[in-house]
Amino acid sequence: MSQFIEVEKLSKHFRGLAALSNVSFSVDRGEVLGIIGPNGAGKTTLFNCIAGTLPASAGTVEFDGTNVTSWSDIKLANFGLVRTFQLMRPFGSMTVLENVTVAALVRHKDFKEASAIAGKVLVQVGLDHYSYRRSRDLPTAALKRLELARALALEPKALLLDEVLAGLVPAERQPVIDLLKLIRDQGTTLLFVEHVMQAVMQLSDRVLVLNHGEKLALGTPAQVSSNPEVIEAYLGDEVTDARA
Amino acid sequence: MSANQMDAVDADVFGAPAANDRALLIRRILITIGITALVIVLAYWRTGGSELVVTQAIVTGLLVGGVYSLIALGLTLIFGVLHIINFAQGALVTMGMYATYVISSNLGWNPYLTLVVSIPLLFAFGALVQTLIINRSMGEAHENQLLLTLALGLLIENTLLLVFGGNPLSVRTSTETVYNIFGAVATQSRLIAFFGAAFLAVLLFTMLQRTGVGTAIRAVAANPTGAKLVGINVKRIYMITFALGAACAGAAGTLVVPFVSIQPIAGEVFNITAFVVVVLGGLGKVVGAMFGGLIVGLAEQFGGIFFPDQSNLLGVFIVFILILFLRPQGLFASTS
Amino acid sequence: MSSSTALVDVARRRTWPDRNLIALVIGILILIPFPLFTGASQDAIAIRVIIVAILGISWNIMSGYGGMFSFGHAAYFGIGAYSCAVMLVNFDIAPWLGMIVGMGLAALFGVFIGYLSFRYKLKGTYFALATFAFAEMLRIIVMSAPALNAGIGYHIPLITDSSWWLMQFPPGSPNYFWLGLILLSACVLISILFIRSRAGQFLIAIREDETAASSLGVPVLRFKLIAIAVSGAIGAVAGVFYTQYYLFIDPDLAFGASRSIEAILAPVVGGVGTIWGPIVGSTVLAPLTDITAAFLRNPPVLLAFLEGRSGLDVMLYAILIIVMILFLPRGIFGTIKEKVSRK
Repeated sequence: MSQFIEVEKLSKHFRGLAALSNVSFSVDRGEVLGIIGPNGAGKTTLFNCIAGTLPASAGTVEFDGTNVTSWSDIKLANFGLVRTFQLMRPFGSMTVLENVTVAALVRHKDFKEASAIAGKVLVQVGLDHYSYRRSRDLPTAALKRLELARALALEPKALLLDEVLAGLVPAERQPVIDLLKLIRDQGTTLLFVEHVMQAVMQLSDRVLVLNHGEKLALGTPAQVSSNPEVIEAYLGDEVTDARA
Repeated sequence: MSANQMDAVDADVFGAPAANDRALLIRRILITIGITALVIVLAYWRTGGSELVVTQAIVTGLLVGGVYSLIALGLTLIFGVLHIINFAQGALVTMGMYATYVISSNLGWNPYLTLVVSIPLLFAFGALVQTLIINRSMGEAHENQLLLTLALGLLIENTLLLVFGGNPLSVRTSTETVYNIFGAVATQSRLIAFFGAAFLAVLLFTMLQRTGVGTAIRAVAANPTGAKLVGINVKRIYMITFALGAACAGAAGTLVVPFVSIQPIAGEVFNITAFVVVVLGGLGKVVGAMFGGLIVGLAEQFGGIFFPDQSNLLGVFIVFILILFLRPQGLFASTS
Repeated sequence: MSSSTALVDVARRRTWPDRNLIALVIGILILIPFPLFTGASQDAIAIRVIIVAILGISWNIMSGYGGMFSFGHAAYFGIGAYSCAVMLVNFDIAPWLGMIVGMGLAALFGVFIGYLSFRYKLKGTYFALATFAFAEMLRIIVMSAPALNAGIGYHIPLITDSSWWLMQFPPGSPNYFWLGLILLSACVLISILFIRSRAGQFLIAIREDETAASSLGVPVLRFKLIAIAVSGAIGAVAGVFYTQYYLFIDPDLAFGASRSIEAILAPVVGGVGTIWGPIVGSTVLAPLTDITAAFLRNPPVLLAFLEGRSGLDVMLYAILIIVMILFLPRGIFGTIKEKVSRK
């Protein structure tokens, strides 16, 4: 079967700085791909280019059989490829329910229908008790879930999650990981950038490792964690820090 | 967050651009001169080959452009340092005009002499306004500040209206010699205004480059946090800069008194042109303001040639729209 | 969860648009008998309040709710005013039809400059300056267009009796107030329905975070333009009503900067981004002109030198704006709304 997501030689330059160089990989439908790498490896840039937030300098992206390389983020989201952001971006003055309803309204023109879908998503994500709270008053953990809820309200075929666990204390993490498992079980394809290794190992079917904008390794969690180059890339950072 | 072009403060805010930017800059200046030349040629054709009309437009445009430059200099200085759009700049020009009127008509002074009053007066007023009002809104949304300075401008204008009434007043110098420049007419008062403005502009520029205060101002413009860390009293610099901007306006007001009619709304046209100059030259770019003033002065005159039945401002607005759409960061910004 | 937060949630659960609709109905009912109790001068003030309120509502939609600060709202007012005047004077077409045409043209103009601006990525103050420039250009062009009576303007031909169809009544007739009330209520209703609609919610989301909105698939450009179109159309309504009441319009009155400023003042004082803010603001501002005029006609002995002068009203507006921005940036109504929902 043709790959669901096919990234071919994707590159992105910023004024001479190569943020991404010839990154290629593919993802099956329903697969969970973890994306890791040291800081500055180009993980968020990869998301930006796939999701249409930024235009790629070279390379192609195919999604669900269609070449979506130059598509805008709006078009992609409507087509079923949705991304979340590392820094939370709630619609501050709106309530939690209104936030998610906005997302639902993109695909369902009827307000009542959209509202109902939003309500269901909030239950699924565990935010329904915050429904009428103004979103800018929410604590970090709840805001993270709100990002997720908004993305889910779009009934996406594939989700790009950018550090969805960042800023959460360890106790808050497992519930979110379990939630992601539920989403996976529903058949949604997941690509997620993460630094929290426990999540990456638990969730990923395969792991993509980036370093200096290049693909370093791609394999199962077990393969990647025993890959000497990967260890070098991460430890290299630590050794340098130790020497400084 | 999507980039707000206004926040693109370049490292070299006021002074000479960096080496590789210099080439780009020269290229842009040449292009501008080229376009100007083209416009002049078109005007020549439009007037049926009247060299005189075109020359007159050039001379008048450059002369008044000098004054626009001075006003815009103040405006761009305020923006570069405080990041505030001072919509009251025109009203401050009017204040300068009335200050000159009061002194000239009560003490009989030559209007140009009143510069020694209008400059410090507007400087003090600017400092006062900044400390009491502007200071409190630092860091607010740009639109709020725009409204604030707009309200300030209205307040100044209408206070003048209340005090002096709406009737046009005038102050004239005893002699008004007319000079001939390449066949075009240039009145003494306009020439003095131009050279006076140019002198003050160069003075200000030198002060920014050479004195301690000037360097402090440029430091705050480039990096307020860094400036604070090296011990610069940023609040004081804000006050001084705003005061300087106001002083520029006041000086310009005095300089134009001999050839304009003094009314509370007299400054409004200067407000508009100053804004166009600042956007044209680049917000916060001092050299851009000086160059841009001349261009806008020319645009006003040539607008009158191409659209004789319309207000002169139409040409100015066309340039404004073009710049806003084609190069909103102005001609002198180093990034695109 | 503490009881105070529970109260907050309950308060927000009652869907606020419905409260607004009820308030609208109550407001209309209370105001209907108004002209029967007031004299001619109060009626004149009331009409001015209504005109500024409609203009403020119009501004509020694109600039308050939409975050697209318009500094040239006079353009829409003027297009409405001139559409009405030109069609009536030159072609004998009734003002209601002129209003529809004016609304359409204003909406088109808004979409045009909006599209250009967004295509060239103008944001924030640059966008505001562009709207100002376009309004001024309209004024300059109309001022020198013989086909539009240039600087002379238009006088609305007088009729001897009352006519709802021609939107004209004898001077001092209460019908003017009721006409204004109808127009104002319609505009308030449109704004309530718009804000709670899909387009309105998208607009607010776009204002809050455009990148997040587009990443969720909201067609940002389209809904910004829709908001501008609605905003422009309502602005035209204010222009039509103004022309029919004052029976005269010229380029300065229609497209002048003071008109654009007026459009901003009322919502800023009352509460930007709220339904009732423009009306509250207008109620505070509009009477100021008359109060100061009366004051200046008969100032107290100490201020006798002020007699017969003008400018005091705008000075007070300006001081009010400065005070508002510095101390009450959410406006009068906005601040009250904040405090109530926070308790």
